Amino acid sequence: MNKIYINGLGCISTQKTFDTLFLEESAVNEVDTILSIHQPVYKEFISPVASRRMAKGVKNGIVASTLALREAQLETVDAIITGTGMGCIEDSEKFLKAILDNNEEFLTPTSFIQSTHNTVGGQIALGLQCKAYNLTYVNGSISFESALFDAKMMMEENDASSVLVGGIDETADYTMSLFRLAGFIKNENQGLDSFLKSTTKGVVFGEGATFFVVEKEKKATSIAAVLDVEILNALEIDKIENKIGSFLASNNLKFIDIDAVVLGYNGDMDSDAYYKILSEVTFANTPQVYYKHLSGEYDTASAFGLWVGTKIIQTQSIPDIVKINTIDKETYKTILLYNQRNGIDHSFTLISSC
Amino acid sequence: MEALKQELKSKIIEVLNLEDITVADINDEDALFGDGLGLDSIDALELIVMLDKDYGIKLVDPKEGKTIFKSIEVMADYIAKNRVK
Amino acid sequence: MSIGVAITGMGIISSIGNSVEENYNALLNSQVGITTIENIVTVHADVIKVGEIKKTNQELMDELGLGKDNNFSRTAMLGTIAAKQAVKDAGITSINEYKTGLISATSVGGMDMTERYYHEYFENPDIVKYISSHNAGDNTDKIAKELGLEGFVTTISTACSSAANAIMLGARMIKSGKLDRVIVGGTDAMSKFTINGFKTLMILSDGYNKPFDDNRKGLNLGEAAAFLVLESEELIKKENKKVLARVSGYANANDAFHQTASSENGDGAFLAMEKAFKAAQLKPEQIDYVNVHGTATPNNDLSEGRAMIRLFGENKVPDFSSTKPFTGHTLAAAAAIEAVYSVLAIQNNAVFPNLNFETPMAEFNLVPQTTLKHKKIEHVLSNSFGFGGNCSTLIFSKSE
Repeated sequence: MNKIYINGLGCISTQKTFDTLFLEESAVNEVDTILSIHQPVYKEFISPVASRRMAKGVKNGIVASTLALREAQLETVDAIITGTGMGCIEDSEKFLKAILDNNEEFLTPTSFIQSTHNTVGGQIALGLQCKAYNLTYVNGSISFESALFDAKMMMEENDASSVLVGGIDETADYTMSLFRLAGFIKNENQGLDSFLKSTTKGVVFGEGATFFVVEKEKKATSIAAVLDVEILNALEIDKIENKIGSFLASNNLKFIDIDAVVLGYNGDMDSDAYYKILSEVTFANTPQVYYKHLSGEYDTASAFGLWVGTKIIQTQSIPDIVKINTIDKETYKTILLYNQRNGIDHSFTLISSC
Repeated sequence: MEALKQELKSKIIEVLNLEDITVADINDEDALFGDGLGLDSIDALELIVMLDKDYGIKLVDPKEGKTIFKSIEVMADYIAKNRVK
Repeated sequence: MSIGVAITGMGIISSIGNSVEENYNALLNSQVGITTIENIVTVHADVIKVGEIKKTNQELMDELGLGKDNNFSRTAMLGTIAAKQAVKDAGITSINEYKTGLISATSVGGMDMTERYYHEYFENPDIVKYISSHNAGDNTDKIAKELGLEGFVTTISTACSSAANAIMLGARMIKSGKLDRVIVGGTDAMSKFTINGFKTLMILSDGYNKPFDDNRKGLNLGEAAAFLVLESEELIKKENKKVLARVSGYANANDAFHQTASSENGDGAFLAMEKAFKAAQLKPEQIDYVNVHGTATPNNDLSEGRAMIRLFGENKVPDFSSTKPFTGHTLAAAAAIEAVYSVLAIQNNAVFPNLNFETPMAEFNLVPQTTLKHKKIEHVLSNSFGFGGNCSTLIFSKSE
């Protein structure tokens, strides 16, 4: 597999991530169970006429993709590929509620249009007047990785030299109340101390939009390289270590070559059981990183995880706030990211310095 | 008629979420679509629902909207003649 | 011409049949599936007509042998039925024996259950299980689990072109050697959400949809699921597999014109077709039949027609038809069921009729094939376009 280069980043999250260097102004919210994004000033990116009908996720996607393109110094790209678990659910809710409450009368199209999963990718294309390949993946916690996988494959096929890849999800009141009812969201925030050794079900939920410009060619401004992405639907706990071993081997790497491992701990005891052996055995002597205590859990939270991994390579440092253990390395060359949710939709992403 | 025109202007601003525009910014003869206010076909569909909901006027063909929503002047005239509520 | 990726199995459930054979017979005998809606209570029931599968959820559960505690949405059940048929048709018995993937497509996901129980969730603990079924990916995960498939699984949602993009991704992954075989397609159940959504856009017909007719008034919604099995050349040889047809060309482009409408001259559609020909290494004159997107909305047919004229040339557009008068517009599943119809066209040397057509459109000289026509068919082009300017083209070819 040929590597591709990350040349631009844009991150709208529940933390200050678009106007800081690397999480230096971040704090863990130990109170709320649903986290909202730290809002950019939308008017600086989108005209009021254009934004008046846009869903929250669309606006965040446009801002994050604009930031990524600016950093990569590109006006347009050869493909726009997004991932989202639920799409712009606030508008889905609005439209569904209107259908049910008004007995299917006096409905308007705007919220229906915004509720289509590919609306973020479509509206980015509309704004850029980009007529290229435009796809949206919607498969739970591998939605973003599917997009990244596709982007990498396009470059291997020589069908693209620059691709905008992003993950977008948003929170919405009624859906969150349903998630709480179903036990996906914790009844109360258990605080940071119990996050990694959680004894309760459910997560603290979040939202965000994280975009990357990936390119085939290395540039002076390249931040990191993506070596490989693998996606698996189902994997038993006792096979994880083996699987990672063979994933690394296919990239001519061993466990010991990994300078940091970024794990998708989300505070749900059952889901987190999948990382246990990696934390305690496989990578016991490797710097370990977690991030969902900052971003909250959502289907494309792993895009925030890739942002963290990329920033570690860029700054050659791991902020204390994301450290699982106290191990440091002199240099961070190769980083492995592993994410899954409740034992399904596993992804392994390997990045390195350029 | 003047009251209806004012009413339409504020309704359009509200329904179409035109944050930065005030009633005073819209002239009776201004084109609502294209060069004027810059409204588009989705706005037209939103206005068709408004006609139905607030004035009891049902349009079947979205193309009819094009002529009816030409300007506040034309729209008010059409509503005054056809309203059932 | 590129050799293309082998199709070794197909499965389908739609309003015109519960199997490939039933669908084929309906296409041959002009048996349409557009009726009054029965499974969903809606105030529009007297006005609209839909391509509904006349099976209740309970019947689908029984057919799949799902227990009382299951939380399958209708979308997941239809998808599972079609995917299982496809796997069986391809003669696959041990699903994880080779690197096998599943790429599904859906636009509504589990919306059918969400809209049914939305306000009831807090009062009835028995239905809380359906909250997790809303997520599009959950529907695909369920299909994967029913197939016993553990490998690469993902879902695409690009509105009405979704399944075309799933087929394209699958073909690319086989070509690049990332998978040995892959099950690709799409599934969408009927929902109040989409009925009302299309209603607000004023593109639902109050009668039977009439693609490419001057007096067309919009589309009929439908529900369906279809899956194809694609396999690598090595596997075909090793297992001595019968190849039904091949996916020879594929492309996606964006119209970048409007959130829901297509541009006047069909820029996105034109680009998608042009790129698909490049991928297939075929020339437009080699196409024997075009299964058009042909939703029968005023906007789509005009835009698609103009794009075809631009691509094929004035008076050079091959025989074409929309099969949506049979099935209705099945959204994310549309390209998958039309892929099955394209393969059937190749296997049986048949052009299926564009029903309900009477009057040619004023804007151009394009007349679809309105009766069943038998002729030699080597290559079929199939278009699918969706909201967000999403335009996809697939080309299917006879296997040498």
